[in-house]
Amino acid sequence: MTPILEVRNLDIALPRGAGRTLAIDGLNLSVAKGEILCLVGESGSGKSMIAFSAMGLLPDGVHISAGEIRLNGEKISAAPEARMRELRCKHIGMIFQEPMTALNPVMRCGDQIEEVLRFHTSLDRSSRRARVRAMIERVGLSDPARMLRAYPHQLSGGQRQRIMIAMALILEPKLLIADEPTTALDVTTQAQILQLIRDLQQEHQTGVLFITHDFGVVSEIADRVAVLNQGKLVELGDRDAVLETPRDPYTKMLISAVPDYRTTHRNRDPQAPVALRTENLGKQYGRRFFSQGDPVIAAQAVSLQVRRGETLGLVGESGSGKSTVARCVARLIDPTAGRILLGEQDISRLSERQLWPIRPKVQIIFQDPYRSLNPRQTVGASLIEGPLNYGVTRQKAIERITTLLQLVRVEVDALERYPHQFSGGQRQRLCIARALAMQPELLIADEAVSALDVSVQAQVLELLVSVRERFDLAMLFITHDLRVAATLCDDVAVMSAGQVVEFGAAGQVLENPQHPYSRKLFEAAPGRSFRPMTTHDRVRADHQIQPNIN
Amino acid sequence: MSIVEAAPSRFSLIRPWSIWRRLGFKTVAGSLMLCLVIIVALLAPIIAPVDPTAIDPSNRNRPAGYTVSQRDDDGVLSERVALLGTDSLGRDLFSRVIHGSRISLIVGLSVAMLAVVVGTVIGLVAGYVRWLDGPVMRVMDGLMAIPNILLALTLVSLIGASLWAVILAVMLVDIPRVVRLVRSIVLSVREEPYVEAAVALGSKTPKVLRRHVLLNTFAPLLVQATFLASAAILLESGLSFLGVGLPPEIPTWGNVIASGRSTFQVYPQIILYPALFLSFTVLAINMLGDGLRDTLDPRLAKRI
Repeated sequence: MTPILEVRNLDIALPRGAGRTLAIDGLNLSVAKGEILCLVGESGSGKSMIAFSAMGLLPDGVHISAGEIRLNGEKISAAPEARMRELRCKHIGMIFQEPMTALNPVMRCGDQIEEVLRFHTSLDRSSRRARVRAMIERVGLSDPARMLRAYPHQLSGGQRQRIMIAMALILEPKLLIADEPTTALDVTTQAQILQLIRDLQQEHQTGVLFITHDFGVVSEIADRVAVLNQGKLVELGDRDAVLETPRDPYTKMLISAVPDYRTTHRNRDPQAPVALRTENLGKQYGRRFFSQGDPVIAAQAVSLQVRRGETLGLVGESGSGKSTVARCVARLIDPTAGRILLGEQDISRLSERQLWPIRPKVQIIFQDPYRSLNPRQTVGASLIEGPLNYGVTRQKAIERITTLLQLVRVEVDALERYPHQFSGGQRQRLCIARALAMQPELLIADEAVSALDVSVQAQVLELLVSVRERFDLAMLFITHDLRVAATLCDDVAVMSAGQVVEFGAAGQVLENPQHPYSRKLFEAAPGRSFRPMTTHDRVRADHQIQPNIN
Repeated sequence: MSIVEAAPSRFSLIRPWSIWRRLGFKTVAGSLMLCLVIIVALLAPIIAPVDPTAIDPSNRNRPAGYTVSQRDDDGVLSERVALLGTDSLGRDLFSRVIHGSRISLIVGLSVAMLAVVVGTVIGLVAGYVRWLDGPVMRVMDGLMAIPNILLALTLVSLIGASLWAVILAVMLVDIPRVVRLVRSIVLSVREEPYVEAAVALGSKTPKVLRRHVLLNTFAPLLVQATFLASAAILLESGLSFLGVGLPPEIPTWGNVIASGRSTFQVYPQIILYPALFLSFTVLAINMLGDGLRDTLDPRLAKRI
């Protein structure tokens, strides 16, 4: 039987001046009927290029330089634009990562789905309407009448992604290409969307090319897995074979970098001084001049505690108020209720002037490494800014930074360069160095590893663990990723709708959650059963990636 | 050509072709044209053949290229060619137009610079200090609600006609535009993590504004400044034309055009030549601004 999608010896050439000459180098793969093939790779591995080339949507300057792509035996890699337009939607459906940008913001969702039918079928208006309605019901959207009339911005991320799926599958294409379709979603929504894709795919025996970077998702949904590194296919095989007994060293490294859900038990010192305690911390965004609407409660009655040398993980879905708590503790915003005790001192009501001497004690690292350093300043200028503010001489500050750069393993000549010359992982290391230069007692990491590839993530996590021990830091670690929380945290607090619903030792909370919300959250996490490797293997793999520097 | 293009970008900076490509045709052409105007303005006393205010009743309304004969104080007869002819008082048009470029450039440049400086300060404060935002912006909205020429006209007639009065009036008209631009940039930059990090690092507000916010306003402000300069030159000419700008004996393009208005149908050259110079200058500055915007646009910033 011919596979639905077949890629043979595919080369995709990048324009001159790009990092490498070929985005995809000699790729061979196929997707059979009713099969889900997961394409896994880190950023820059070229996985999205494969999706674009199959859709005939390669960006300007990028072209297929060798090989061919066949859809149902028909060669589409050199097909004219008119034919490709016919094939898209009818035979190839596509779902993107960010449904907000993939949908037309000024068109009602119902009309957008109907448009597909209008272009590709000869159905009359009423039967088109009926079919759109049936499809909306099929993708599990309640209140279809409202959904048809709604504009994209009126829907949640999960609802938008369901609309995208409805649009992609309404013509029952034989091939569905899903490019990171759940990456922008919360875990509970992600679980539902994955289930939906799985159901629809089995119902229509669709072949799915599923692009992702998340091994948890892979273990949930894949039949077969293809691993891509720098445009080359390094491993292709059945899910269990690839995940459990990877053969290629790169695959091994990737899988071993995935943190485990099992918590690591550390010896804790119950006598360690309390670095941070919040009592009934609250933040409410009230009405302002010229603005309407009810006040929004971003955080309410949050009581937490972190000791020196320990890490508190704050987990929750987007909008649960975790970042609000972090920013209140760092006093980047003013809390509206409760107390924040740093050591013995309540900092929740201090004025900017009173706060200034205390600022160094609390440092924060942000999620997006591309926006955390001023792009118009040299890295050196950004890094010595803090110490200079507190009267350290320029020379001393540079000495301090130089030592820290060695600790975070970035070359010392980095000081002269600009942020755009560094990779995401390097920038995050620079941000850690910047925070450490203030000699803080409490380090807040707000989704600090969420934007990084798994292998880089593992290295940054390891770095955080080592600085925590070295400087006896208290760490407030905010994340939506339970695997990361399990790796790093001693205590875990689960937040939902601005409140802490569960707070306790990591092992206890993660392995035996009491609150219904925590249970729901943990159950939804992809690949619960997937346990990458034994701890022993992991330690060994970590050493292979990055030798420890003492 | 391919060898030049393949050269590492570091070194290609010094190659003329590469500069041309980086900046684009519009930037290069615009700045060359503007340089020409600036040189003319700087060398006006040398280039201009006679005093631009000297009246010669015997040679009124002469066409371009007319040979004017003049008797000086000692009674010696001298002849010279009036390149662009003379106006209704017999003043040499070429000299007047050349000298007029000085006033126009002074007004354009100083308005652009002053408006940018004052507007940036107000915009930074409005954008960063939350409670000042509303009041300041409402005042700016109020200023923008009045038509430019009307506002400038009123201000000049209040202060009295002089070069500084004109500059001040035109600047006040332009400030709201700069304030809006700067404020919008500040509002987006202040939410950037690196600004929050700077606050956590103990940098005080003035330092945060100076080091992290101000730098990001530079590129769009540069573009805005060019458009302000050309608008200021036009507005100053308009004021002079209406007779509320500089005193009529001072050669500005607006004044020269105004002096030719009544005899326009018979002697069109009096309006034509200063108008051509005015258009050329405004075109040069606008092209420069357009080119700079293309080069500095954040959406295209990856290219450079």
